[in-house]
Amino acid sequence: MIERVRRVGSQGVQFLESFGASGLFLFHSLWAWPRASSFPLLVRQIYSVGVLSLIIIVVSGLFIGMVLALQGYNILTRYGSEQALGQLVSLTLLRELGPVVASLLFAGRAGSALTAEIGLMKATEQLASMEMIGVDPLRRIVSPRLWAGFICLPLLALIFSTVGIWGAQLVGVDWLGVYDGSFWANMQDSVEFREDVLNGIIKSMVFAVAVTWIAVFQGYDTVPTSEGISRATTRTVVYASLAVLGLDFILTAVMFGDL
Amino acid sequence: MRMRTMELSVGAFMIAGFAALAFLAIRVSGLSIDTAEETYRVTANFENIGGLTVRAKVTMAGVVIGRVSDIYLDKDDYVAVVEMDIFNKYDNLSIDSTASILTAGVLGEKYIGIMVGAEEEFLVDGDEIDDTQSALVLEDLVSKFLFNSVAEDE
Repeated sequence: MIERVRRVGSQGVQFLESFGASGLFLFHSLWAWPRASSFPLLVRQIYSVGVLSLIIIVVSGLFIGMVLALQGYNILTRYGSEQALGQLVSLTLLRELGPVVASLLFAGRAGSALTAEIGLMKATEQLASMEMIGVDPLRRIVSPRLWAGFICLPLLALIFSTVGIWGAQLVGVDWLGVYDGSFWANMQDSVEFREDVLNGIIKSMVFAVAVTWIAVFQGYDTVPTSEGISRATTRTVVYASLAVLGLDFILTAVMFGDL
Repeated sequence: MRMRTMELSVGAFMIAGFAALAFLAIRVSGLSIDTAEETYRVTANFENIGGLTVRAKVTMAGVVIGRVSDIYLDKDDYVAVVEMDIFNKYDNLSIDSTASILTAGVLGEKYIGIMVGAEEEFLVDGDEIDDTQSALVLEDLVSKFLFNSVAEDE
């Protein structure tokens, strides 16, 4: 019994310690940013984090939009209000699915890669040797990756929503025959820029910070063995997904709910 | 060369992101509609607005001529005051026009329909529409119907 209490306590302390360490880590790497000479590094990271994630984002956005349109149409025709399809699809995508699903995909596609890359650098002692020759690894390695994540994820979420709405238009209007004018008019009536689009962007920014932070810190904090890297990669995907879903509830409650 | 293609694709990616934002702003949320036009303000008192909301349409003959900008309760007379912004190009609404709260479809949203009157004088900024017709509230209708049928029975 005493043993169990002791273990819970030490786990709590450990959790607090790693949380504090990651907070300090985030602060230091963001502080290390402002240098014009590191701009090419940032471009390279935006390429590997953002551009290479583009395909999976576009394809899943397209299919999610199409499925939403198909399901929504089937239910809405029962009430004779299939013109509301545009409203349904656009609000769902802008408020929830765009930011959330894009972040989950981003955690799987880019977050795991970030962790593995930094973890391997640590395991092969590249980070240590950088420090030896007087290059700050936070500035050189970590900071561009963090900023690339912060920049890319909101853009990816916007692209996701846009492609999803286009996919819904394709299925709803072109294939199932919802009237074009009422599809867009209903959408424009119900979607408010500040309420829906901007709140979606704020959501995706928060998720971007959470996912990239977790990914980079897990890589930096990894046990420098091949097993440690594989564990850190798994942890990145699990923690980041849970963080996104949990934060999403909180943000939704603050933005749209009357809790 | 390799660096150059990378920079190109990053640029294309950023532009795609901002193009998506522009699409969402203009096409999906119709941002340009409510900021571009100049308007003048007209008020109307209703006994019951029955679910009318701010930003609802103001129409005449089915055409949107403005938006509801504010709704509040007049504390002295206990009536709902609805402020409407009418687009400046529709400046020839006569002062005895009628405003009524209508419903789009059976379960649709509420909006205001304005019917033009006969006077030669036109509404200007700050005027009030006197002739109004409240929203149809289903419960009132049902109770009226019940009272009538009870009265007929007696």
